[in-house]
Amino acid sequence: MSNLSLIIYCGIITFLTRFTMIALLKKEMFNERIREVLSYVPSAIFPAIIFPAIFLDNSGTFQLENNPKILAAIIAMGIGIISRNILATIFFGLASYWYLIFF
Amino acid sequence: MNNKSKNFFKGIKDTSPLMIPVIPFGIIFGVLAIDLGLTPFTTIAMSIIIFGGASQIIFLQLFSAGASSLVILSSVGAVNSRHLLYGTVLSEHLSDLNLTWKIIVSYFLVDQAFAVSNHHFKKNKGDKDNYFHLIGGGLNCWTIWQITTIIGIYLGSIIPEQLGLTFAIPLTFLALLVNDFRKLINVIVIIVSGSVATFGYQVIPFKAYVILAAIAGLFAAFILTKFVKKKL
Repeated sequence: MSNLSLIIYCGIITFLTRFTMIALLKKEMFNERIREVLSYVPSAIFPAIIFPAIFLDNSGTFQLENNPKILAAIIAMGIGIISRNILATIFFGLASYWYLIFF
Repeated sequence: MNNKSKNFFKGIKDTSPLMIPVIPFGIIFGVLAIDLGLTPFTTIAMSIIIFGGASQIIFLQLFSAGASSLVILSSVGAVNSRHLLYGTVLSEHLSDLNLTWKIIVSYFLVDQAFAVSNHHFKKNKGDKDNYFHLIGGGLNCWTIWQITTIIGIYLGSIIPEQLGLTFAIPLTFLALLVNDFRKLINVIVIIVSGSVATFGYQVIPFKAYVILAAIAGLFAAFILTKFVKKKL
């Protein structure tokens, strides 16, 4: 398969995952119970991206010691809880990470 | 300003703080792609056709490791399976749209746009034009993504790797959860999902750890919300 056709297939798959549910589901299919559980979707998905990126190194090995990302993430989380501000959370997370790796 | 453009610009405004980490992410993507021997044309085509940071980075990762087309396709599918849940959540607000708009809206359904529009839709139920919020947010992401891809292709090599800008990616997602850290059930769901992903990362094939972790988290939410209700 050429690179471009592989990219096109990946694009089609990506689009279909975005489109399928929007195309198929009707709002009559939702009740309070389903809505309640679905309100947890962000909390259920984002950690699957956050945790491995923080706790695993490039080779996928669990890394607890000597890992500035953990402390930086905790600081970011603390800032997030206090400020409830997305930008402040990202900013202080990155700033504390740089502080930890450069000083 | 009519209601559609109001929603549209609100979407751009709401996603804007989330664009700051997208900038290094897009540049990193451009740099990596050229580094791995893709042509500038293929790299830009990828950002336009796939338009998904996580999918594109995983594509590159597997591509550079010499993975087969089938592994690349299924991994991209697994990483993208989270969009099925985004679609499920938002479909309630989008089910009245005609097919053309559903197709357009779907193309722009990226993480950042989902997060802010989900919030916006809940607050503005019944506003028929609120899908323009998602289009505004998505188009904002799209523009930044294409520009930074091009910057990455041509200028990226001057950005030192030691800056560890990839850390901005988990930080963005963490920042999207700021409102959930105070709620007990959310915190439990976060820990369940994060643990499954971390410990499943090596074990679960085809990067399916993303969707398995999400399902585990939702299952925990299902049980916990039931339990909390019974207590009341």
